[in-house]
Amino acid sequence: MKRKIIDCRRLLCPMPVIRVQTAVESLPDGAQIEAICTDPGVLTDIPAWSRINGHKLIEAREEDGEYIVVVEVDHGMQ
Amino acid sequence: MTKQRKAAALISGGLDSLLAARVMQEQGIHVEGINFYTGFCVEGHTHAIRKKDRQKEKRNNALWVAEQLGIKLHIVDIVEDYKQVVLNPKHGYGANLNPCLDCKIFMVSKALEWIKARDFDFIITGEVIGQRPMSQRKETMPVVADESGAEDLLLRPLCARNLPETLPEREGWVDRQQLHDFSGRSRKPQMALAAKFGFEDYAQPAGGCCFLTDAQYSVKLADLWRARGDKQYEMDDIMLLKVGRHLRPAPHFKLIISREEGEGNFLRGYRHQYPHLTTVSHPGPLALIDGDVSAADIELAARLVARYSQGRSEEEVVLAFTNIEGHQKELKVRPLQPHEIPREWVI
Ligand code: SF4
Repeated sequence: MKRKIIDCRRLLCPMPVIRVQTAVESLPDGAQIEAICTDPGVLTDIPAWSRINGHKLIEAREEDGEYIVVVEVDHGMQ
Repeated sequence: MTKQRKAAALISGGLDSLLAARVMQEQGIHVEGINFYTGFCVEGHTHAIRKKDRQKEKRNNALWVAEQLGIKLHIVDIVEDYKQVVLNPKHGYGANLNPCLDCKIFMVSKALEWIKARDFDFIITGEVIGQRPMSQRKETMPVVADESGAEDLLLRPLCARNLPETLPEREGWVDRQQLHDFSGRSRKPQMALAAKFGFEDYAQPAGGCCFLTDAQYSVKLADLWRARGDKQYEMDDIMLLKVGRHLRPAPHFKLIISREEGEGNFLRGYRHQYPHLTTVSHPGPLALIDGDVSAADIELAARLVARYSQGRSEEEVVLAFTNIEGHQKELKVRPLQPHEIPREWVI
C-alpha cells in the first residue's frame, strides 16, 4: 500500500494539520499519510481534522518522544 | 431541480462564526469552513510549549466548530501574505498591534479567491454590527465588502437585516426574513441563538482571535521592530515572542529566558540559530541571546541569567556560553541582585 511520510517535526499546530491537508489533496483514495510530529497537539488535531473531512484515522501514537499519526485518504467521491 | 448553493464560511473558532454558518445550513445552503492561519492565531502553539499546559487537553476551536456543524474545514496558511497586513495596515491598528479592519478585508479577499477556484457561490462571516469597536461598525461593513472585492457576495447572516441586500438574498438563494438583525456589543442574542440550536461549551474569546490583541505581546513585537530598526518578522520571531521572559539590557540585544522546563525544551530547539547561555553549577534556565554581543554584554547577560537560577543568592554561578557555531566557553559570575535589574529591561 502506498504510504507517504511527512516530516512535521518542530512544527506547531496547526501547521502539521495543514501539511497533512496538502498531502491529502494530491493522493488517491486508499493512500496513507504518516505524519511524524513533535507537537503533542497533533494527537487531537489531526484526528479531528480527519473526522471532519471524511478521511480515516489509522493510528495516533507516541513513540520515543515523537507523535506519529497515520491517516488514510478518502475523498468521498465514489 | 434547483442548484444546490454553496457558501464558504470564515471560521475563527468563536461563537459568532459557528452561528452564522448554522443559520445558513438551516436554509439548505451547503457550507464549508475556511480557517486562516496567520501565525498569530491563539489556537495551538502555546500548549505545546508550557509543560503545565500540556496536562490540559486543548482543542483547536475551529476544528471543534466544524465538527459541531458537520462541515468540512479547510485550514489555509496565509503566514507570508499576511505580513503586509501586520506591517502596513492601511486602516491602522486597534488598541494594540491588531490591524483588525485590514485583516478582515484581507481574509475576505482570500476567501473570494477560494470560492472562485472552487465554484462556490458566496461568502459568510459571523460579523455583527457594533460588536467590535474597530472592525465591526456600521461604517466598516461596506468597507470590508468593497475593499476585499467580494461586494454583494459577502453575507453576514447575524446582522444581514441591518445591511443592504446581498446577491444571495436578491436571487432568493436565502430568505432575508430568516436572517438576523443583531447589533451592538451585547452577547445575549448570540447566546439565545446558541441555546436554540443546542450549542454548548463554545469558545468565547475575550479580546479577539489572535495574539495581536494582547497588550503584552504587542509590546514585545513593537520592541522587536524598534531594536531591528525595521518592521519585519519571521515565523520564528513571532513564535519566540510567545515564550519565556524577555529582557533587553541594551538596545542591541535581548535575552529570552525560559521560565520552566517546557519552555527550556522549546528554546533548546533554537540553539543552532542563537547564541545561548545555560547554567552549569546550579539548576537554571536556558537563555537565547538575540543580537550581536560583545564579551562585556555576554558577562552582563550571564549575571542576569544567574539571577534566575537556583544559585541566585550565591557568590558565584558558573554558566556556559555557546555561540551559533557550537563553541562553548565557561563563565563564572556573581548573580545580579534584584535592585540591579532596572524595570525598563523587562519587555
Ligand atoms: S483579532 Fe487578529 S485575527 Fe481577529 S480580526 Fe483582529 S487582527 Fe484579525
